[in-house]
Amino acid sequence: MPFDAPDWIVAPIILPLVAGLSCFLFRRHAFATALAASLGNGGAMAVLVRQFLNSGPARYSVGDWPAPLGITLRTDGPAIIMLAMTAVTGIGITLYARGYFSFRISTPLKTGRHQRQEQYFWPLWMMLMAAMNALFLSADIFNLYVTLELISISAVSLAALSGKPASQIAAFRYLLVSLLGSLSYLLGVVFLYRTYGVLDLFMLEGMVSPGPGAWAGLALISVGLLLKTALFPMHFWLPPAHANALAPVSAILSSLVVKGSFYLMFRFYFEVFAAIIPAPPLNLLGILGSGAILWGGFQAMRQQRLKLLIAYSTVSQLGYLFIAFPLARLSNDSHAWGPVLFLALSHACAKGAMFMAAGSIFLHVGHDRIKDLAGIRTYLPVTSFAYAIAGVNLMGLPPSGGFIAKWLLLTSSFISGQWLWGLIIIAGSLLASAYIFRVVSQLFVTPTDHQIRVRHHHHSPLLEWPALALAMISLLLGLLAPHLFNILSVGAGVAPGITGGWLP
Amino acid sequence: MLNPTLLYSLVGLALFGRGLFALITSSHLLRKILAVNIMATGVFLVLVATAYRAGSGEIDPVPHAMVLTGIVVAVSTTALALILACRVQETSNISLLRAGNTGNRPKEPAR
Amino acid sequence: MTPTRNDLKQKRSDPFPLLVSICIIGMTALLGKIIWSLPTDTHGLEDQVARHLDQSGATSPVTAVLLNFRGYDTLLEVMVLFLAIVGVWSLTEAPAQGRAPDTSPVQTSVVRILAPLMCLVGAYLVWQGSHLAGGAFQGGAVLAGAGVLMVVAEMPLIMDVPARILRLGLVLGPAVFWAVAVWCMIKGGALLSYPEQMADSLLLLIETGCALSIGLTLAALFVGGRPKHDLPALTKTPAPDNGGTEC
Repeated sequence: MPFDAPDWIVAPIILPLVAGLSCFLFRRHAFATALAASLGNGGAMAVLVRQFLNSGPARYSVGDWPAPLGITLRTDGPAIIMLAMTAVTGIGITLYARGYFSFRISTPLKTGRHQRQEQYFWPLWMMLMAAMNALFLSADIFNLYVTLELISISAVSLAALSGKPASQIAAFRYLLVSLLGSLSYLLGVVFLYRTYGVLDLFMLEGMVSPGPGAWAGLALISVGLLLKTALFPMHFWLPPAHANALAPVSAILSSLVVKGSFYLMFRFYFEVFAAIIPAPPLNLLGILGSGAILWGGFQAMRQQRLKLLIAYSTVSQLGYLFIAFPLARLSNDSHAWGPVLFLALSHACAKGAMFMAAGSIFLHVGHDRIKDLAGIRTYLPVTSFAYAIAGVNLMGLPPSGGFIAKWLLLTSSFISGQWLWGLIIIAGSLLASAYIFRVVSQLFVTPTDHQIRVRHHHHSPLLEWPALALAMISLLLGLLAPHLFNILSVGAGVAPGITGGWLP
Repeated sequence: MLNPTLLYSLVGLALFGRGLFALITSSHLLRKILAVNIMATGVFLVLVATAYRAGSGEIDPVPHAMVLTGIVVAVSTTALALILACRVQETSNISLLRAGNTGNRPKEPAR
Repeated sequence: MTPTRNDLKQKRSDPFPLLVSICIIGMTALLGKIIWSLPTDTHGLEDQVARHLDQSGATSPVTAVLLNFRGYDTLLEVMVLFLAIVGVWSLTEAPAQGRAPDTSPVQTSVVRILAPLMCLVGAYLVWQGSHLAGGAFQGGAVLAGAGVLMVVAEMPLIMDVPARILRLGLVLGPAVFWAVAVWCMIKGGALLSYPEQMADSLLLLIETGCALSIGLTLAALFVGGRPKHDLPALTKTPAPDNGGTEC
């Protein structure tokens, strides 16, 4: 296939999907298949980026049936950024999962369980990756519903994979919430279809006008997606589900899965309904986002377990994504929505790295009680380092991607005179530094009075280096920011110039 | 003016609301799953009613196809939810999902 | 867990359900009013479908939409079913069949008669799907019914299918569908753009493969867990799958 063929757009869906089928069928080579698919997905993504830079946004009609009748896929700036997020994090998670499972199989606490977990992890993870890519590429509201369900089913199965009672209860709650979210979304789709008679996002964008049908559809869709994104106060299901899963699964759920439904919110609010949305709903989203930042940060500080702390930090960081909604409108330009995708990208890398590091610590020490982790750096230097670097990103210190994104959000809030949002962003960063330092200081301190009990001394490179690599990527994203913003501005055509002038 | 199409839609909405109420208020795992199913049925009913278009007097096949897809999705999720509920009952011996039920033991077990 | 008297007392005085019901009734009424007020003379996609129906390879508009115009949806939907069975297998092992010695001979012989008939009906449903109501899902559901009957009657053959064959059967439908989709792309069209003169036979191929897998998947969902021999033999005996504090 030549590199400029439009068919490349389906590669990120097909590769992991076929890999998922084959992982289920031929288990012996599951890891090799999954790794090949992850790398292939990365390669396909690179081809798509190249095509995109050469020829701009693209559309692809599946089955050669054009828009109102058939389903279309599309690439544009936001889609490309999200695909890149999945590809990069995906490779890291695949490698880490290999290290994780082979470590656990080599030190059998309970024989058989780990083999079962690994055997089912690979097909579920590959399918989840395919579903995420399908979601990012799809431009059809009903097709998006199907991809949302694909994501829910695979994510819930993954969350329950550990077999612990706590994880299964959490997974059950997660399943109910995502089903409720999907149904609400679907009812919204029905309202939109009834009103406008099309399912295609682009056609919808051209047709929407303020009216009861549009408002009902948008409200139902928003509620459904916010439930799935776990925006405060609908976040109750997220911390237990993310914290009780296996470490690679936590990384997947926290870094990728919540971004899927967020991305749809983004699509609906910044593209489809962008022209007609009044201020109040956007402000409401901003207020909920502020609540998430403060409440999530506050809860994270109170947690005794490392994985729960990280999970609450996800709740908090998701809040930033929604603060951008009122900012983008109030500042009357699109400076705020570029950073928000950038923030999603850097958060994905950092949060993936954090959960991986927490998982390694858990494997080596046998628990994740924060107060008993003092001095773990002596045994797991790479992991501790990865955790700290990922923390730098969450706090928003330069040169991390988080810094750039939060800086841009701050700038646009001050320029548009919306000081309040800016203050909340700052407060959230302070909270983040509090809960990050609480752990980092434990990891790096050397206790004089007692020795930490480490169960397993042998190191597996796959268990440590993927986390560090992802953390470094999130740190260095800040340096890549101008290029990424160029991609975004090629993208939706809404924002012609988010470039150097805005960067510090 | 109330025509059958509108009636179906309204009944569908009522089912959606009824299911939502049961989902929120009842705490038994099985009841929650059934509630989600009732909600799904409601949505499908509204969707099927959308197929009749007074504008052209014809039947729009697209909602039919969407409902078929939706039913298969609902079957799959229901199956998964049922098995998950069975597992929850087996491993943690609870059948009611309440705010306090996290499955975590009150204390970290001694090592 | 039976509700204690204390629980019940709490329930009676709990204002929560009342609040929730008021909210939900309000929401439903609002949505109902909106549906009522929506214009009824809008157009959907029926004209588009009718215009392109003769190129789709199917004469039933629903089948044309399902497998051709919006075939991509169906492609993903087949994956949803597949994922559900993978998820269920990952959760638990199939409960041990009782092998009750007193399975009624009436039951066995009725199933012996019914199961082949149901398979025939399923095949017929798949076959007529191209021009009437019917198709892979309906046919698959009937096949699944036959499978469930055989499982319930504990037919020896069904219970001892090797796990590998079972997995192959589950993958068959999605694999055929995706293979056709990609083949169309390699032939020079887009994903899933069936060549017009072959469309009907390709649709039949997809429907047959999917019906088999769907039937198998639904029956396997009914059984509710992975087969006993799905995991390779272990050197040690596996511990029960509960408890544990590892993450």
